[in-house]
Amino acid sequence: MSRSFGDTILIWALRACAAIAGAVVLLIGCFVLAESIPALASIGLTRFFSDASWHPTQGLYGLLPMLWGTLLATAGAVLLATPLGIAAGVFCNFYAPPPLAKIYRRILELLAGIPSVVYGFWGLMVLVPLIGRLQPPGPSLLAGILVLTLMTLPTIALTADAAIRSVPDDYRRAAAALGLSRFATVRRVILPVAKSGLLTGVILQVGRALGETMAILMVCGNQVQTPRSVFDPIRTLTANIALEMAYATGSHRGALFVSGLLLLGVIVCLVIVADRVAHRRVHV
Amino acid sequence: MTSTQPCRPSPADGGPPCCEPHPWIETEGLSLHYSTRTAFRDVTLPIHKGCITAIVGPSGCGKSSLLQSLNRLTDLIPECRVTGRIRLDGQDVTGREVDVIALRRRVGMIFQKPIPLPFSIRKNLDFPLRQHGVRQASARQAKIERALRDVGLWNEVKDRLDAPAAGLSGGQLQRLCIARTLALDPEVLLLDEPCSALDPLASGTVEDLIASLRGRYTIAIVTHNLAQARRIADHVAVFWVQEGCGRLIEFGAAAAIFHQPTQELTAAYIGGMRG
Amino acid sequence: MSRSTVALGERVATAVLWSAALGVIAVFAWLLVDLAGQGLSRLSFEFLTAAPRNAGRQGGLGPILVSTALILLVCMAVSLPLGLGTAILLAEFTAPTQRFGRLVRRSLDVLAGVPSIVFGLFGNVFFCQVLGLGFSILAGGLTLACMVLPILIRATEEGLRAVSDEHRRNAAALGLSRAATIAHLLLPAAMPGLLAGWILGVSRAAAETAALMFTSGYVDRMPESLLDSGRALTIHIYDLSMNVPGGNATAAASALVLVALLLLCNVASACFASRWLPRRSLAR
Repeated sequence: MSRSFGDTILIWALRACAAIAGAVVLLIGCFVLAESIPALASIGLTRFFSDASWHPTQGLYGLLPMLWGTLLATAGAVLLATPLGIAAGVFCNFYAPPPLAKIYRRILELLAGIPSVVYGFWGLMVLVPLIGRLQPPGPSLLAGILVLTLMTLPTIALTADAAIRSVPDDYRRAAAALGLSRFATVRRVILPVAKSGLLTGVILQVGRALGETMAILMVCGNQVQTPRSVFDPIRTLTANIALEMAYATGSHRGALFVSGLLLLGVIVCLVIVADRVAHRRVHV
Repeated sequence: MTSTQPCRPSPADGGPPCCEPHPWIETEGLSLHYSTRTAFRDVTLPIHKGCITAIVGPSGCGKSSLLQSLNRLTDLIPECRVTGRIRLDGQDVTGREVDVIALRRRVGMIFQKPIPLPFSIRKNLDFPLRQHGVRQASARQAKIERALRDVGLWNEVKDRLDAPAAGLSGGQLQRLCIARTLALDPEVLLLDEPCSALDPLASGTVEDLIASLRGRYTIAIVTHNLAQARRIADHVAVFWVQEGCGRLIEFGAAAAIFHQPTQELTAAYIGGMRG
Repeated sequence: MSRSTVALGERVATAVLWSAALGVIAVFAWLLVDLAGQGLSRLSFEFLTAAPRNAGRQGGLGPILVSTALILLVCMAVSLPLGLGTAILLAEFTAPTQRFGRLVRRSLDVLAGVPSIVFGLFGNVFFCQVLGLGFSILAGGLTLACMVLPILIRATEEGLRAVSDEHRRNAAALGLSRAATIAHLLLPAAMPGLLAGWILGVSRAAAETAALMFTSGYVDRMPESLLDSGRALTIHIYDLSMNVPGGNATAAASALVLVALLLLCNVASACFASRWLPRRSLAR
């Protein structure tokens, strides 16, 4: 295709922009990898999982307790936030009167934008003392789960709302024509059709919960241990990086980058899975 | 354009045919494929200089696609492949090296739905001229006025040239779109059902305008309105869907097509029995 | 199932959904009321302009707001042109099947999922060390630029795609170059939508904490150049609540300021979006 001279310049400029934008993620991967390689070489990948504990100054690099912390906090939060979020999405589309649904959506959007540090601060001020009264010490896995739930809920609700709204009206009409009740319509018709959209939203929120740092850092107590109950303080991988990055050197610093690399790897997998799910359409 | 001697039909010399039988833009074995289907196949069609060629046929037989391939608007559609030749004044314009912007200036196009640029009436004509390198403001002004007079819009809008174009009525908008194209001094005008989105009155005005452009421009018009084709066309090309894609089934002088079509399908279509 | 059990189930479902939806709102109302209760007494005009004293327990936010603004300015100055260019390429010049475009899109999807703490690690290595910017506003802003890039690109691409194809065809039929079409027709037509998306990007950047911890640093003096370290508002909240005993009131007040700023962004974005809708429907 022949173009004017100006267009040719434009296209190359745009391509340069896109190449840079596309390369950022590679750059991140490369640098985090490059910083981890010395630690991986000197410590070895297996010791990150086999060492009994995390005492980098004494040469112990076990990430497992923190990995458990991360996984449990994420799992708890997603398990709590998903039903609530989907309920909120259903509420917006089927139960709330339209003006209320509109306001509700706006509030959710607003909440989705509240910084994690504010959630963390509130958790520290309010939730932690509450839990402490229930079962000392207070800063705990439970606090982390609750704060993460609050943080992920608005976004899950918004994606659920969008997924439900994108279900073609024909389904609603068909269900109504069959005389299905409102709840039966939602449960038997709408939710199954919207499944892939709902699932994509949840998977992406899993990624967000795994990577969340500030709120967790502020409410979880940050003790390196495998929790035995939800009231035990925990430390997550992200919190660990945030806490120790400031003074870590040598292998210790490298080990922190290894945990960053681990997070990055998990996120990449989740994004790919989400992409697959999103493109597997129930209706054609 | 040395050989152009615009011929103006006048009732005195008996009206059409006014045009020379000299193909100004012509296709040869032209086919257009989208990723999953073929819009039209193997179309060889001459569009004679100064004449009005009507392209008729049922919906979905590739008429609009054909027009869009003539000025390479099909370049905008991803996964769209054109094969065959298109010659403008004897020169092939299908190659990669062809300057499509210059081509589109020579081969103007009007769509069914008149869409003004989101500017004032004046800027609708002024902006394309400036983009095509007409630097002198006075030259642009002269071209704008001439084009607006040509489409009979000058008297209606001369007092509000700086008002937003979106405020015009449908028929006025279509004439503005034609003026916008005429201001660029095209050789060929491609009109894609220019009247079908307008009310009957406006449709009549635009039709008269098109007829008045005969001789000065080489015109191809896609229309669903056979009566219209009969009124204004010198030549008629009949398209039909065969084996899932559009084919040119008959081409000839308008009188011949309307009075003694050689194809049965054409006869049926003209007779209003099919399509 | 008899008619009455259906009706009962329906009523229970309705009750559950309403209470879930309202419960969600109630928790968030609790959060905001709590913040207001703790922080409102500290808020004043002086609080916004004065320098922090006594580790932030007294004084105000002056230098911190300036640093935050500078970080955001750097972030947008870099990410806007880059994002705009990429989005134009993706929306206007790339067929959905083209390999380069698919590659860029995929990598942006991954970038959108990268945890902020990993951006922090990357920014620390790349901008602070490799590029030698040290702990500085510039390094922080650049790190955030990488982070908001996917958001900006997605919003811009959607905005451009919402402009009807008829405009493009009309412009092309007049022989306008692609560059002129984009600059004079498509971008102005899409502008309100683009602004809404860009404001969203700014507010995401303003809410970020973890990525700034080891890039722009903690120094709470008035920055003298972009190469000075500057403390962002979010970092200030974190530091006050975690490391400064007795800093809670100031932390709550700062959180209120931050939430108010984000609310402002949100409202502005909604205004632009709603102004855009009527025009878009006209274009369709």
